[in-house]
Amino acid sequence: MWFKKRKGIQRPATGMKIEMPDGMWLKCPGCGELVYRREVQDNLKVCPKCNYHFKLTAPERCHLIFDNGEYTEVDTELYPTDPLKFVDSKKYRDRLKEHQAKTNMADAVLNARGKIGGWSVMVSVMDFRFMGGSMGSVVGEKVTRAFERAGKENIPMITIASTGGARMQEGMLSLMQMAKTSQAAARFGLTGNLFVSVLADPSTAGVMASFAMLGDIIVAEPKALVGFAGPRVIKETIGEELPEGFQSAEFVQEHGFIDIVVERKHLKQVLGDLLTFFAPDKSTAPDETAQEAASTAQEAHVTTKADD
Amino acid sequence: MPREILDFERPIIELEEAIAELKQAGDPQYRDRIQAYHKKLKRLYTETFSNLSAWQRTRLARHKDRPYTLDYISQITSKFVELHGDRYFRDDPAVVAGLAVFRGRKVVIVGQQKGRDVNERIFRNFGMSNPEGYRKALRAMKLAEKFKKPVVCFVDTPAAYPGIGAEERGQAEAIARNLYEMSILKTPILVVVTGEGGSGGALGIGVGDRILMQENAIYSVIPPEGCAAILFRDGKRGPEAAEALKITSVELKRLGIIDEIVKEPVGGAHRDPALAASILADSIQSSLDEICGLGLDELLDRRFKKFRAMGCFVERKHKKKKSSPKTVR
Repeated sequence: MWFKKRKGIQRPATGMKIEMPDGMWLKCPGCGELVYRREVQDNLKVCPKCNYHFKLTAPERCHLIFDNGEYTEVDTELYPTDPLKFVDSKKYRDRLKEHQAKTNMADAVLNARGKIGGWSVMVSVMDFRFMGGSMGSVVGEKVTRAFERAGKENIPMITIASTGGARMQEGMLSLMQMAKTSQAAARFGLTGNLFVSVLADPSTAGVMASFAMLGDIIVAEPKALVGFAGPRVIKETIGEELPEGFQSAEFVQEHGFIDIVVERKHLKQVLGDLLTFFAPDKSTAPDETAQEAASTAQEAHVTTKADD
Repeated sequence: MPREILDFERPIIELEEAIAELKQAGDPQYRDRIQAYHKKLKRLYTETFSNLSAWQRTRLARHKDRPYTLDYISQITSKFVELHGDRYFRDDPAVVAGLAVFRGRKVVIVGQQKGRDVNERIFRNFGMSNPEGYRKALRAMKLAEKFKKPVVCFVDTPAAYPGIGAEERGQAEAIARNLYEMSILKTPILVVVTGEGGSGGALGIGVGDRILMQENAIYSVIPPEGCAAILFRDGKRGPEAAEALKITSVELKRLGIIDEIVKEPVGGAHRDPALAASILADSIQSSLDEICGLGLDELLDRRFKKFRAMGCFVERKHKKKKSSPKTVR
């Protein structure tokens, strides 16, 4: 399996700085309880106590949703540059190198082609570990290319967001990726193919105000933070406490902007069902082996090097 | 008399006042002094305004006396009929939309609107729209599409409003929907950034065939103060962030984000609003002449290519990453 080959990732790749001195216990950001790390990992990285969905890396998400965890990564030739020569506490250039080394990714999104429930799909998965899953030129270009490829191949498109928004270090070029990806979604929409947007924790700001909110169907993981402005900004602006559960996936669903809140263990099944429902009537149903493969993969769980 | 005088404007305004006083006195013995002051004034203007920093431009863009959308509308168009409401929830005063005649051409206008005095500022929510503002804008644009009129968008907002109600009513969806629809709207769209281009809040009415930007306007992915608070851990380092983010018209022209810089009167649009409006009107007219002259297919194709090309990245020769997942086909 692919994950056995991965070296150098010592933590469970949740994208959060969780200190685990002995590697046995995790502090769950959802309930604050200490949970047995192995138990979390065996549970698709979902807290067994409070059902908090820990962040997954992009490869982990691909492994979770594709049949047999198999997929082909595409658009791997795209790399970020530093068009503004941006420096804060570090040079953007150095920051990029650090995150590339840490995540083994070129930027914050992974484009993959594969099958879900036997149906061919294009998937763009964001990875929060890479600079908070922020969208700069490369993310915008890759998501755009994924839409274009899916349109050309007449197959559905799925995006999985896990992002803090546009990437400041590329300035206005990042903001324009919102226009670019929304335009790609619009053009893809004209091809008559299905676009499913999955929102994982957190899904906010520039990505939310562009392609991630434009799915024909919008699915979210339980308790994921979903919104435009960050809770801290809102609190500072209005100067009062935010209501309980504000901007959670369930809250946003209640207000009419999310179709389905789906637990991680059901995500693959739900995506497969959606693909089947929206498949053109004359198209052949996926063959049985593929469907079997789908149900087997359903039982597979996400794991990491530390599990070996 | 301006209501707000920025520190770098002060020496100029004081000198101007001194000249006015001397002139009013009408005594011929002051003639030499007036002449000397005029010389000094000219020098001061050049020194101050020929090389403004990004932060100084930010402050001009936010100047309390800067002309706002409705000022431009009243100066450069006639027969303006304002349309209200998004037909879903309510009318958002932070966005104005309406029908107007601009130099003989019927146009649909959409723009963010700030307020002048305290009460109006609150009424306009400081130019920060709620979702219904974006939806009102889209309704007006759809109307323009149906009746084949060009759209002119005036961008001037600090940000989309970050509030509880805004989130509950889908701020993200409202902006995303506008980006989606504007990218394929079947009528010419001209965008003019006149003041603050505040992030997604600005872009929500900022997709178009041609993007104009006034000389001292700014357009940024995040307010400089916000960027400083996050990246420099100090909100007071806004001036540095403003520089780093490349938010001025000159920088954005260079980056290919905007198409044209629209000159302002020396010292900024607020020093001579009438002149600012007439310069802007000329640019709007030539831009509209250009985009309205295109066939629909060409128009949409050009708009597509314009935004498709935005971004800066490298393509490296493909080399198989050691740990990339196994390809199974």
